[in-house]
Amino acid sequence: MPGLQCSRMSLLAATAVTVRFGGQHVLQNVSMSIAQGEIVTIVGPNGSGKSTLLRVLIGALAPVGGAVQRKAGLRIGYVPQRLHIDPTLPLTVRRFLDLPRRVGQADAQAALAQVGLAGMEGQQMTNLSGGQFQRVLLARAVLGKPDILMLDEPTQGLDQPGSAGFYRQIEEVRNRLGCAVLMVSHELHVVMAASDRVICLNGHVCCEGTPEVVRAAPAYRELFGTGTGGALALYRHEHDHDHDHSAAPAPGPAGGAENRPEHGHHHDHHHGHDHGHHHQHHHAAAGAGRAPVHKAAE
Amino acid sequence: MDDFIVRAALAAVGTAVGAGLLGCFVVWRRMAYFGDATAHAAILGVAVALGLSISVFAGVLGVALLMALLIYALSGRTFGADTVLGVLAHGALALGLVAVALLPGVRVDLDSYLFGDVLTVSRSDLAVIWAGAALIGAVLWWNWSALLTATLNPDLAHAAGIDPRRQQLVLTLLLAAVVAVSIKVVGALLMTALLVIPAAAARGLARTPEAMALLAMGIGAGSALGGVWLALWLDTPVGPSIVCIAAAIFALVTLARALGGKLV
Repeated sequence: MPGLQCSRMSLLAATAVTVRFGGQHVLQNVSMSIAQGEIVTIVGPNGSGKSTLLRVLIGALAPVGGAVQRKAGLRIGYVPQRLHIDPTLPLTVRRFLDLPRRVGQADAQAALAQVGLAGMEGQQMTNLSGGQFQRVLLARAVLGKPDILMLDEPTQGLDQPGSAGFYRQIEEVRNRLGCAVLMVSHELHVVMAASDRVICLNGHVCCEGTPEVVRAAPAYRELFGTGTGGALALYRHEHDHDHDHSAAPAPGPAGGAENRPEHGHHHDHHHGHDHGHHHQHHHAAAGAGRAPVHKAAE
Repeated sequence: MDDFIVRAALAAVGTAVGAGLLGCFVVWRRMAYFGDATAHAAILGVAVALGLSISVFAGVLGVALLMALLIYALSGRTFGADTVLGVLAHGALALGLVAVALLPGVRVDLDSYLFGDVLTVSRSDLAVIWAGAALIGAVLWWNWSALLTATLNPDLAHAAGIDPRRQQLVLTLLLAAVVAVSIKVVGALLMTALLVIPAAAARGLARTPEAMALLAMGIGAGSALGGVWLALWLDTPVGPSIVCIAAAIFALVTLARALGGKLV
């Protein structure tokens, strides 16, 4: 998939990754890559393989097909979706920051201060609130000076202000460290502002593009208006529509042509990316073009 | 004090310290049943050792290693782990008992292998026990951070370049070593108690994994000495006496924490 290559050096790339659980395809022919300093968000409905893709990328899961390439010596800062700490394991915040490698006292204090948890070193991990726990996970991941920060639904269980604050901190971290960020999220509306690129996943890559492109979709309002229902409607639509990434401009109905001007328009607003995403824009646009169906249903 | 009592005390302390340390991981990773299965295989190891006229340590270590590796191989699959371990634990014990009974011309005092017979340990037994404890300590020390990360969350380990399966294998092999070391001290049936109880008692007193490990070793050593003393005083079997003391310490710690919690 030449279209996915970035001009900047790719830190991590998946090529035609396929994963099956018990004969069922969880991921099929998924290709993606992420470049230095980029913030990429993977969105998709439940069971769309978002977490599975992340686990393939960190090496926890071997795909049955395809491959994952990592830059040599790539340091990954991983923030899991949930971290269950067995109640039999005593663990202070400070000790947790030392896993797997010990960090200096000053670094640890600074990392905690940066996520707004100064002075919490002595607290037991199991006594933290959900938001505090996630921020400690972030602090630990950042202390490893990662090339790429990977977060799996990092704000699950946080309220709106909590997750908005969390995403602001992620952006801060990116600006400070210059690391890439790969997130899995269902909170498209919160994530959008901070992402350079959004990948819609539903077992395969449905569409991929800048947030502007997704924002341009007429279905976008629907996505916001009706919450999850709207989001799922969009994804289902994308999924049903059997699009081929290698195809030239969508031969589709009026939709394809109708959206071309839009595509150009929004591309102007997008500076971080180069021509590699042309066709993905079309996909997003093609999806948008069919959105009137949803509108009619509304 | 008599020589055999000193040897018994040293053997019990060495075993309890090694088991207490490894026991923390058994507790954190919920491997108690895993420990049971490996420990029960020791009786089969005794039968093999007597049948081949080799040292009991070697026989027990060999069979425990085989059992531990079998469980390790099975644990990667999606079996009902509890059920499979239950079958293996009790199947191995029963097979061992039958095998010992079938040994031609040998009359074996099974009690000493089921519950330990620390008062008969020799100097060379003592050397094996302390070498085993030292090995467990050294391997855990060397792998501590990787083991702890893998214990906390396998994906966290993967992301840090640590293979959690390899860490699981390390623990599996150490478990077989601890079984071989403790067969003469507490025997096959009470081995898991020596792994789990000191660690469980230490949990209530510790704030970090390292503190818990040190406390578990200390509580194990204390239980060992207390158990030997209790056995001499009341003329009771040493292995069960050690476990009784450990359980009493656990009960005291739990009670003290429950009362303390109410006061706060």
